[in-house]
Amino acid sequence: MLNTNIKKVIVLGSGALKIGEAGEFDYSGSQALKALKEEGVFTILINPNIATIQTSEDIADKIYFLPITAYFVEKVIQKETPDGILLAFGGQTALNCGVDLFRQGILDKYNLKVIGTPVQSIINTEDRKIFSGILHEIDVLTPRSIACTSIEQAREAATSLGYPLIIRAAYTLGGLGSGFCSNETELNKLADNAFSYSGQILVEESIKGWKEVEYEVVRDQYDNCITVCNMENFDPLGIHTGESIVVAPSQTLSNDEYHKLRALSIKIIRKIGVIGECNVQFALDPNSEDYRVIEVNARLSRSSALASKATGYPLAFVAAKLGLGYGLHELKNSVTKVTTACFEPALDYCVVKIPRWDLGKFVGVSKNLGSSMKSVGEIMAIGRNFEEAIQKGLRMIGIGMHGFVGNRGDMEIVDIDEELINPTDRRIFAIAEAFYKGYSVDKIWEITRIDKWFLMRLQNIFHLRTNLIEYNTLENLPADLLHDAKKLGFSDFQIARIVVKSGVKDMNVESLKVRAFRKKHGILPFVKQIDTLAGEYPAQTNYLYMTYNGSEHDVSFQHDSQSIIVLGSGAYRIGSSVEFDWCSVNAVNTIRKEGFRAIMINYNPETVSTDYDNCDRLYFDELSLERVLDICDLEEPKGTVLSMGGQIPNNLAIKLHAMNVPILGTTAEKIDNAEDRNKFSAMLDQLEVDQPRWSQLTTIEEIYKFVDEVGFPVLIRPSYVLSGAAMNVVSNRDQLEHFLNLATHVSKEHPVVVSEFIENAKEIEVDAVAKNGEIVAYALSEHVEFAGVHSGDATIVFPPQKLYVETIRRIKKISKKIAKALEITGPFNIQYLAKDNDIKVIECNLRASRSFPFVSKVLKTNLIEIATKAMLDVPFEKPDKSLFELDYVGVKAAQFSFHRLLNADPVTGVDMASTGEVGCIGENFYEALLKSMLSVGYRIPKKNILISSGPVRGKIELLASARMLKDRGFTIYATGGTHHFFQENGVETEKVYWPDEEDMSPNTLELIKQRKIEMVINIPKDHTKRELSNGYRIRRNAIDFNIPLITNARVASAFIYAICKLEMDDISIKSWDEYK
Amino acid sequence: MQKVKLVLEDGTTFDGKSFGYEKSVSGEVVFYTAMTGYPESLTDPSYTGQILVSTYPMIGNYGVPADTKQNGLHRHFESDKIHITGLVVDSYSFGYSHWNAQSSLAEWMKSQQIPGIFGIDTRALTKILRVKGSMLGKIEFEAEPIELVDPNLMNLVAQASTDTVETYGEGDTTVVLVDCGVKNNIIRCLIKRGVKVVRVPWDYDFTDMQYDGLFLTNGPGDPTMCEITVQHIRKALSHDKPIMGICLGNQLLGLAAGCKTYKLKYGHRSHNQPVLMAGTNRCFITSQNHGYAIDQQSIPDDWETLFLNVNDNTNEGIRHKAKPFFSIQFHPEASSGPIDTEFLFDDFIQKIKVTK
Repeated sequence: MLNTNIKKVIVLGSGALKIGEAGEFDYSGSQALKALKEEGVFTILINPNIATIQTSEDIADKIYFLPITAYFVEKVIQKETPDGILLAFGGQTALNCGVDLFRQGILDKYNLKVIGTPVQSIINTEDRKIFSGILHEIDVLTPRSIACTSIEQAREAATSLGYPLIIRAAYTLGGLGSGFCSNETELNKLADNAFSYSGQILVEESIKGWKEVEYEVVRDQYDNCITVCNMENFDPLGIHTGESIVVAPSQTLSNDEYHKLRALSIKIIRKIGVIGECNVQFALDPNSEDYRVIEVNARLSRSSALASKATGYPLAFVAAKLGLGYGLHELKNSVTKVTTACFEPALDYCVVKIPRWDLGKFVGVSKNLGSSMKSVGEIMAIGRNFEEAIQKGLRMIGIGMHGFVGNRGDMEIVDIDEELINPTDRRIFAIAEAFYKGYSVDKIWEITRIDKWFLMRLQNIFHLRTNLIEYNTLENLPADLLHDAKKLGFSDFQIARIVVKSGVKDMNVESLKVRAFRKKHGILPFVKQIDTLAGEYPAQTNYLYMTYNGSEHDVSFQHDSQSIIVLGSGAYRIGSSVEFDWCSVNAVNTIRKEGFRAIMINYNPETVSTDYDNCDRLYFDELSLERVLDICDLEEPKGTVLSMGGQIPNNLAIKLHAMNVPILGTTAEKIDNAEDRNKFSAMLDQLEVDQPRWSQLTTIEEIYKFVDEVGFPVLIRPSYVLSGAAMNVVSNRDQLEHFLNLATHVSKEHPVVVSEFIENAKEIEVDAVAKNGEIVAYALSEHVEFAGVHSGDATIVFPPQKLYVETIRRIKKISKKIAKALEITGPFNIQYLAKDNDIKVIECNLRASRSFPFVSKVLKTNLIEIATKAMLDVPFEKPDKSLFELDYVGVKAAQFSFHRLLNADPVTGVDMASTGEVGCIGENFYEALLKSMLSVGYRIPKKNILISSGPVRGKIELLASARMLKDRGFTIYATGGTHHFFQENGVETEKVYWPDEEDMSPNTLELIKQRKIEMVINIPKDHTKRELSNGYRIRRNAIDFNIPLITNARVASAFIYAICKLEMDDISIKSWDEYK
Repeated sequence: MQKVKLVLEDGTTFDGKSFGYEKSVSGEVVFYTAMTGYPESLTDPSYTGQILVSTYPMIGNYGVPADTKQNGLHRHFESDKIHITGLVVDSYSFGYSHWNAQSSLAEWMKSQQIPGIFGIDTRALTKILRVKGSMLGKIEFEAEPIELVDPNLMNLVAQASTDTVETYGEGDTTVVLVDCGVKNNIIRCLIKRGVKVVRVPWDYDFTDMQYDGLFLTNGPGDPTMCEITVQHIRKALSHDKPIMGICLGNQLLGLAAGCKTYKLKYGHRSHNQPVLMAGTNRCFITSQNHGYAIDQQSIPDDWETLFLNVNDNTNEGIRHKAKPFFSIQFHPEASSGPIDTEFLFDDFIQKIKVTK
């Protein structure tokens, strides 16, 4: 029963999204907060991730946008005097912080009860030695492993266990510092790296090639246990589960295997003493029932979020309630509402999770998949068979693929065997290639050890393609075969491409012909519910997916013009992340508040928007033209909202409009006017609004002519992009040629654009809402970095602190003109360059942008709510707040995940590289900056800083900062030029040698490796990415040795100013509502 | 592949394709929601007379293991043969993969002359059965029309039981097991606890036998069909030897004690049924397969509820207030399904030890 002594609790979030810790914790945290609220518990949330749903009004009672570290959490505890704390809902970040709080005696000091799983249990699962010891006490097998604290010990361990081996670092996020090795050379290299993350590493027997299976287990205080879901990895052991395609429920396990592992999971959770939820990962021998327990996460995890979405069982919600004292049987199944939460969901569909990688965004990064995680997001696809689900899924990941087959020959996998042996992000397509080349299932299995069942199912898809290709026109295609294709998840596009075959034809037109043809033959998808009990009990669930493997709809459709469809943002990727989920969820909330029914379409399991609790109907399905049309045909909505989910829905505008789908807000035509560079530019000319000179690439000669006119550097990019994929700045002719070669591979349909690149210009963003062309609300924010750093990577200040009034006045005026010309209704974002009050427009997006949640929360005016009301054409209050009236400042800082991306050059540029962001509020710019930089992992240096200041500009910029540091007693290590420059200007520095001056001491790398440096400031010389330069080696080593790195001179000087002016104690501990 | 259809008593027809033996059959159409364990379920004698509908769409994935024996019992099957009348699935897995698979599900079913139909929206079908209740139906091949047959009018227990008395295992403790269609795993669970099991036919008069404990097994159909068994049990109730019953055994013990039984609308056939141990906060996930239940209101004064289904409050077990008699509606022996309640066998053995 409910423990009524708990009245006020702290919930720890997970901070910025990063590789290994993404939006799933927004979902689990939001669910936990909802559960606590339902029980009348007062909740205090600490999470600097301002773009999350959990840090919105009405979810937690109080929100602190502060770093999740023991220092700040203690401050909040002192201030708020809570009764308890929840550690299990904010990923590894919250868990590690919880362990710190426990070890520092802070939990005891304030008599704080840990709600749910006790800290000791957490420690027991985190320390691998203790963990295997505990499991051995109950006769549960773990991989034979030896904990080592030195490289010598590691070598001894290797000798006793025998190769191949896996090396793991203790206490790290998602397999960081782990890897396989098959000889001593590899061991030395791996162990060295692992020791840089942790003082303890583990040398373990390798069980590479075994099946990997996970169970999500729940336990209450009465010792009742259930396993909510099991999941099987498509890829056998050897590839991190975050990097693997995962299927739920398991497909290749017999009853004995399934229940043996299930019973073990329960035995383990009981032994560990979890109250709430945990995840148990097994390796299962593909040739016997032998097994090993690989890992236990005594907290909500990415897998638990996936399991919740896969089954409809709200794990985080239930875990929070169990923490408050309830028994499982005392809670209701939130889908059926009549049956109990003490049950194990029965699925009558198949779920496939596929990771989304963005490795192409990084120079130098290895694309090989292994035991550490590199993917930045994931999708979940639902079907009634594996083929249907995986083909949906391969489209959902949004890398231009149309399914397992029927893709353009883009992949051009030359060496299939190599790709299969050493898998990369293209592995699944390599399997398709292998089928094309005539490989048998057995042969592919020999190489990959992917269970033959999966391969046979993939081969079914391939075989169906072979049947389809026999036909050359739609008219000749037998309806039965077409139906079979749809049942195996073929899209209309795939069918069009395979049957029509011509690459010259407009595929969009051909796909629509397939659509018309199959509609004529009555080949239509059906809507099915996810009800947790496979239809056994009636359920009023609104959690839906579509399938061709069915004969009836589970739901009926009300054609009453009261429903609004909102298109979500799809897989998280670099450039589109939780901020668009916040926008989508807020649009849905507003639609419902206004009395309409909100229908959400999205397929990202890591989101709140795909929580069926949040909308009237959730279609967990594709955001493709085909599927959106299917849903619109059935629902006949009053309107659709395309402006909340980022670029995916935005790109559908013209096509949906052409099919007569009602679009709310700015018209499709105007969206195209903003997206199409030519049309947009012509419009700006007409409005007499300035823009950087640009030209569209048709021939190389024209480009050189253009560059001769404007001079280097120039910015090159293809059109229709969100995060500047393949965008780059080139400074000379060689670089230009090199890039043009690459660019033609990026996109054939959209031309490459070259623009003049203005150096030392300020970048300013306007996030605004208009109605019928009149701006009704706006927020203007300023980048700390000069133009050249992608807005997603930039440090953004709101309200702006250093802009001329004249600049602001002009920007407002231009924004008004543009809004009017594009007849905007709804959210939009314009990016400007400003240099000496000279304003140029860079880009305009007629949709919500990444910064909407940030400015909305700092402004305390929900711009999305206003935008949605404008689009719905319902009355709303025009905010009277002016941006100058705020007595505080918000700073948004980017979170990079370079430490996970081996060899990637950790620099920022015009192409986005960050995986997440935080936003903190302070009394002034420096306080807010410090809070947000501490929130993304920077630490305040005390003594030693390495500065390598790059170009003259950088040197000048950093001179004052260096002087301040000297005054504060810092030792500054500087590389040649910087040392010389500082010296000449009266700042004493210690000269250090470049990495390639190997014989000279002190060498930069030596200092970094010895950890004598607490912070590295390295300013790259120009905007190109140089892999093997000295600068690269300094930056990369800083990342690998976990030393904070700043690569932008303006950010560096601001940070240094902040740490010189502010002590930790000066940082105010104020909740969001205290900033008035 | 021959075209074949599934026709329900109410006229609903589903067109599908055949993957098993090509023979028209009729039976009671029931659905089960388990996601694994088809070799075990198909050989479960409790399914005698039933056309089984799998709500999980992909069936046959891991093939069927070889029929090997251990201690006189099938290692991987629950009885000597497939007991279902027919199988209905959505997506049959023509390709299968498992280290211990010897044949495909289709080959196995063909060898035992059991038809199978796939390409059916089993969720739509399940919803019909949920609303209208389990009903008669037939898997009908175009060339072979047949009439509907009601298996519940037959004595299914007699079909599923054994003709001979057989002994399994060794030990000082002897348990007489009344085979109403026993699953092999019940016997396995007993013999691995050092029990000598004497398996007798359903109508065998065991009352004069020497035993330490009496076991009433699972089985198909309506418990009131087994009047003779109930009479034997009633005799046993006058003694003090421990009795344990499972599934049909629960209903038979109930009838002997004076309870009434009734037919559930669509039964419990799944691996995820939650049962609460009466008077405690202990809730267990159980494997179930039954269409009939003890009427909770009819439990006499000297007996009490042992377990209740948390979802629909139906009876899941009874026990005598004073004597060592108890039975459960679910399957602690699982196979297939979760094994969380296997401790009930230990309880039974403990009771025997105490009485001995």
